[in-house]
Amino acid sequence: MELLNINNLKVEVEDKKIIDGLNLNIKRGEVHALMGQNGCGKSTLAKTITGHFSVKVLGGEITYRNKDLLQMEPEERANRGIFMSFQSPREIPGVNNLYFLKTIINVKREFEGKDDLSSVEIMKKIKDLTSDLQINNDILKRYVNDGFSGGEKKTNELLQMLLLEPDLIILDEIDSGLDIDALKKVGEGVNKLLDGKRSILIITHYKRVLDYIKPNFVHIMSGGKIVESGGIEIVDRLEESGYGRI
Amino acid sequence: MDLLDKHISAGYKLGFTTDVESETLPAGLNIEVIKKISELKKEPPWLLDFRIKSYNKWVSQVEPNWANIEHQKIDYQNISYFSKPKKKIASLDEVDESILKTYERLGIPLEEQKILAGVAVDAVFDSVSVVTTFHEHLKEKGVIFCSISEAAQNYPELLKKYLGSVVPYADNFFATLNSAVFTDGTFVYIPKNTRCPMELSTYFRINAQNTGQFERTLIIADEGSYVSYNEGCSAPVRDENQLHAAVVELIAHKDAHIKYSTIQNWYPGDENGKGGIFNFVTKRGICHENAKISWTQVETGSAITWKYPSCILKGDNSVGEFYSVALTSLMQQADTGTKMIHIGKNTKSTIISKGISGLKGKNSYRGLVQFNSKADNSRNFSQCDSLLIGDECSAHTFPYIDTKNNSSVVEHEATTSKISDEQLFYIRQRGINPEDAVSMIVNGFCKEVLNELPMEFAVEARELLNLSLEGSVG
Repeated sequence: MELLNINNLKVEVEDKKIIDGLNLNIKRGEVHALMGQNGCGKSTLAKTITGHFSVKVLGGEITYRNKDLLQMEPEERANRGIFMSFQSPREIPGVNNLYFLKTIINVKREFEGKDDLSSVEIMKKIKDLTSDLQINNDILKRYVNDGFSGGEKKTNELLQMLLLEPDLIILDEIDSGLDIDALKKVGEGVNKLLDGKRSILIITHYKRVLDYIKPNFVHIMSGGKIVESGGIEIVDRLEESGYGRI
Repeated sequence: MDLLDKHISAGYKLGFTTDVESETLPAGLNIEVIKKISELKKEPPWLLDFRIKSYNKWVSQVEPNWANIEHQKIDYQNISYFSKPKKKIASLDEVDESILKTYERLGIPLEEQKILAGVAVDAVFDSVSVVTTFHEHLKEKGVIFCSISEAAQNYPELLKKYLGSVVPYADNFFATLNSAVFTDGTFVYIPKNTRCPMELSTYFRINAQNTGQFERTLIIADEGSYVSYNEGCSAPVRDENQLHAAVVELIAHKDAHIKYSTIQNWYPGDENGKGGIFNFVTKRGICHENAKISWTQVETGSAITWKYPSCILKGDNSVGEFYSVALTSLMQQADTGTKMIHIGKNTKSTIISKGISGLKGKNSYRGLVQFNSKADNSRNFSQCDSLLIGDECSAHTFPYIDTKNNSSVVEHEATTSKISDEQLFYIRQRGINPEDAVSMIVNGFCKEVLNELPMEFAVEARELLNLSLEGSVG
């Protein structure tokens, strides 16, 4: 079943055309990897899907669960199940992380017309996850991302993701700032969500993240469009000859 | 940053006026007006002398211009210095219904408050205290909680002893003006070794047009006593600027503790800077041995805020605290901070100031930390943080430190941050709408100060902050 359809997308950022005629289809349950050199437009694609303010769509369309995604505010896209793990998650000093987690769960539930979860219910959910993933509960008591190490920030993104159970997960350079152990842990966490219904778009410059989250499809982006699509074999070839050949 | 600037304020929510017949003196200030005020209030002669002495001083004083604010010249002869509802009031039942309605709209239904929470309210409507609740219950403990006018009649010795003892009549232009024309306010006395059994609370409200409000608050906490006092303020929408020049004096005797909390929400004017309250306030407390005074203020209203709640740490081991949130949006200007004067040994002071500016707001922190030569081993910690929302507002910090003692320690931290579009986007990507996102950031920013407020007051402060920020994001 179709989840996301991108058709002939054209986007500019600060008056510069970054995406120029991009097509991509993601079905439920699929894991896609989008690779390319810095500046090829892959992060801009993530921003376009999530509704970032810097992005100006010049043409084309994006359909998400049969709805026109480009008409939606960022928070509506989020509440309809699009989650982005940020490359640099922002800090919110003074805002307790546990409070933030509770808030985002209940905001989404309210959007879906469901009753709020009680603090006790949410606490149980969170504690189950943190013990499952061996996350130190200490990060719940601190302010959102404030003074977190790179690894803690990514772990916190993972925790939010697992609580919100999104339909489309965008991982923007998730391995940046992570050592192998931390990356492995994050990979395990993401794989927990792969139940055949959720889809993932991995945006990465490097191959190593794909050792932990296995893609069904790999796309190479260059000059604002996808220039090659295929399976994992593309990655191995890239490993040998680099992006230069594309 | 057009994302943050798209909308303009959704409007002041307490800007209704109340239709009550009132008795107002004609505009203008001279000796005759002062005599008239004193006569109308049936004051003892010494109080009239205090007023006249103040007036004569004021005439020779010059309006200060050192604050980081700009405003039209205030015409002191165009203000009426006395206004009161015509009907005489003896009890709550006789209070004009429209006045009671006003209080209800302000969220303080007196009837309910009698039953709820144990908050005693001395409500000041224009210049006359309309109604005072809980008198009896407080009396049992020997606590005096009444209007200044009543104190002049019933407790003249106490009033005479302490009035002007912390803020002398000649202190500054606005305090001197207040000393000459103050109309009413609150008087509190807590006897020795007494913990005041409830939070004391006063709601001031400016109603009559072209009326300055000059209230005077005097709180005396005798040895070993404790009191927590809350004041809240709002005023109707008027195109003209209205002057508010209050004086608050706190006396904390040996081992006493006074906690003074303010939520100030006077009318801020409109988005073009039209109207709004000019709020020039002098607040100061004196701490004797082992005493403690904590000022907590949330300032969201007024076109201009000029106030520096201060502590004179006279006694050894005394403690002064100042926790402040000042929010300037629209065209508001605030120049606010504190003075901590360390005189005694081992005195300690803490200053936490949070300034928030949105739209075209201008926010200045101004603070003095002074260690006198005998203030051995005294310490101060100051933290002044500013948060900017948008590109047209500003934040300024003017910390002054004056040390005459080598053993004293001062720590000062200051930060300025800006709510960035990226930070907002991050929160929106988690499903939260922009206005809730901004209030989340702002509440987080103010957390240390809001935590100092009594519980119910903190809830009100949060709502007020959210309300004042409404429209500052798109």
